[in-house]
Amino acid sequence: MTATSTSAAASVDPATTAAISLRGVTKAFGTVHAVRGVDLEIRPGEIVAFLGPNGAGKTTTIDMVLGLSRPTTGDVEVFGTDPHTAIRKGLVAAVMQTGGLLKDLTVTETIAYTASLFAHTAEIRDVIDRAGLTEIAERMVGKCSGGEQQRVRFAMALVSDPALLLLDEPTTGLDVEGRRAFWSAIRADARRGRTVLFATHYLEEADAYADRIVLVSHGRIVADGTAAEVKALTAGRTVRATLPGADTEALRRLPSVDTVELRGDTVLIHARDTDDVARHLLNHTHAKNLEITARGLEDAFLSLTGNDDTSRGATR
Amino acid sequence: MSTPMTTRAELRRAPVLGGLNRTVLGLELRRMLRNRRTVIFTLIMPIALFLLIGTNESYVHEDAGNGNVSAYIMISMAVYGAVLATTSGGAMVSIERALGWSRQLRLTPLAPAAYIATKMMIALVLGLGSVLAVYMVGMATGKPSMPVHVWILTALIGWVGSLVFAAFGLFMGYVLPGENVMQVLGPLMAVFAFVGGLFVPLEDGSTLQTVAQFTPMYGLAELARSPLTGETVQVSWVLNIVVWLVIFAGGAAWRFRRDTARV
Repeated sequence: MTATSTSAAASVDPATTAAISLRGVTKAFGTVHAVRGVDLEIRPGEIVAFLGPNGAGKTTTIDMVLGLSRPTTGDVEVFGTDPHTAIRKGLVAAVMQTGGLLKDLTVTETIAYTASLFAHTAEIRDVIDRAGLTEIAERMVGKCSGGEQQRVRFAMALVSDPALLLLDEPTTGLDVEGRRAFWSAIRADARRGRTVLFATHYLEEADAYADRIVLVSHGRIVADGTAAEVKALTAGRTVRATLPGADTEALRRLPSVDTVELRGDTVLIHARDTDDVARHLLNHTHAKNLEITARGLEDAFLSLTGNDDTSRGATR
Repeated sequence: MSTPMTTRAELRRAPVLGGLNRTVLGLELRRMLRNRRTVIFTLIMPIALFLLIGTNESYVHEDAGNGNVSAYIMISMAVYGAVLATTSGGAMVSIERALGWSRQLRLTPLAPAAYIATKMMIALVLGLGSVLAVYMVGMATGKPSMPVHVWILTALIGWVGSLVFAAFGLFMGYVLPGENVMQVLGPLMAVFAFVGGLFVPLEDGSTLQTVAQFTPMYGLAELARSPLTGETVQVSWVLNIVVWLVIFAGGAAWRFRRDTARV
């Protein structure tokens, strides 16, 4: 990228410039390493879920994309410019989890206030309509429910007609109805071609609303692909049994077994068909205390991050 | 027809004046007036105090230089109202920080300086409202008496001088947490007003007056009343105002920079 004069921005081709580009980004707070080296490119028009458990570094990464914090090392670019400039030009908007609202303004006033700060804006009434706020447009924000307030935040983000929309766990604390209404508003909007990056720790949300899922754990990207690809990682179940002196080689040879893990006298077998495994254990070994559990996202994270985690050496 | 998304960075621009605009000023003013406590505090209380003390018959007949003591008290109450108003205006940042609104604004093109300028303007509008309200009630009672130019001059000094307290409110708004900063500042302001000679005249040469010279309302009170009392403007008054302005504005700038720093 030739970043020389003031014409640098104009020389950037919109078709190839990434909406978000993170290169070697790390972020440390004292001795806590929240983000440990993230490389990520998001193309214009993509809807990407940033999926990971709490403390994975999702919010820290989003804060850096928004220019609220600076990376310790590495580069963050938004539409080929620095995050702060992208914000000033109204290219980026975000919906945060909580806060960020004045209780003593009405819904319409809040949107009008926000709109007035931008050089380029969408039609206020249209935005209110799209966020599903028409009926409560004249209500004080302080009197709105959690779900309604979240849609106000969404409308505030929409009013600048941003090219990139960031949502940080946008449905945390919402009831089922609030969740549904919020996502249907997002989904309707996404059809307009906006780039969306949302953080979540629900696989179902990521699966339902994203074209692409980026799995993060312990400050690193551990998987990046379509929803189907990432879901496959969480398929199958785990059999847990007490079996002293287990023959792990024999177990691994069983059909449909993915991994076998030994923890002292306990053996953990991940497989697509756990019934077969259980039958084998009960019929052909002295295994006791069998438990079969669905392999959740948490397990997927563990198995994905376990590879480069030498402290968990009992996998053989 | 172009595409709905203007993604190209070069087609977007930042707002003029860092985002400072009339919509925001209007809405901020509306918020201020919606806050019943602020209105009672800054508009009604100074008027009530004036009616209670300043309209006493003996004060109407007592001379205070270019007018009567009733006018003297009216000016004091207007200054008190103005500083309460500007302090409230500045201290609103505390509420906005507590609510996460300041953080939200950082996701917009609004320049931090434009935000502060907005707060200052709103504080001054409210301060002007307070001064005018007290003066209009004073006029309506017919008790205060002074030449027309002294009415205007004293009101102007009280109003412009209250800017010092907009900085004070801002500083405190950044230092003190929570949504009820004025509950802490209110009593403190009453002490300042008492020691600064807004409630009771300070006796020349008294210990109180010696101490008063170093408190933040003293200089403004003396300066605002000088067109009435006919006293020559003293260096110590101006110094008092300037030094406190530097302290408050400096403190506000220091805390503000910490608040908006990107870590």
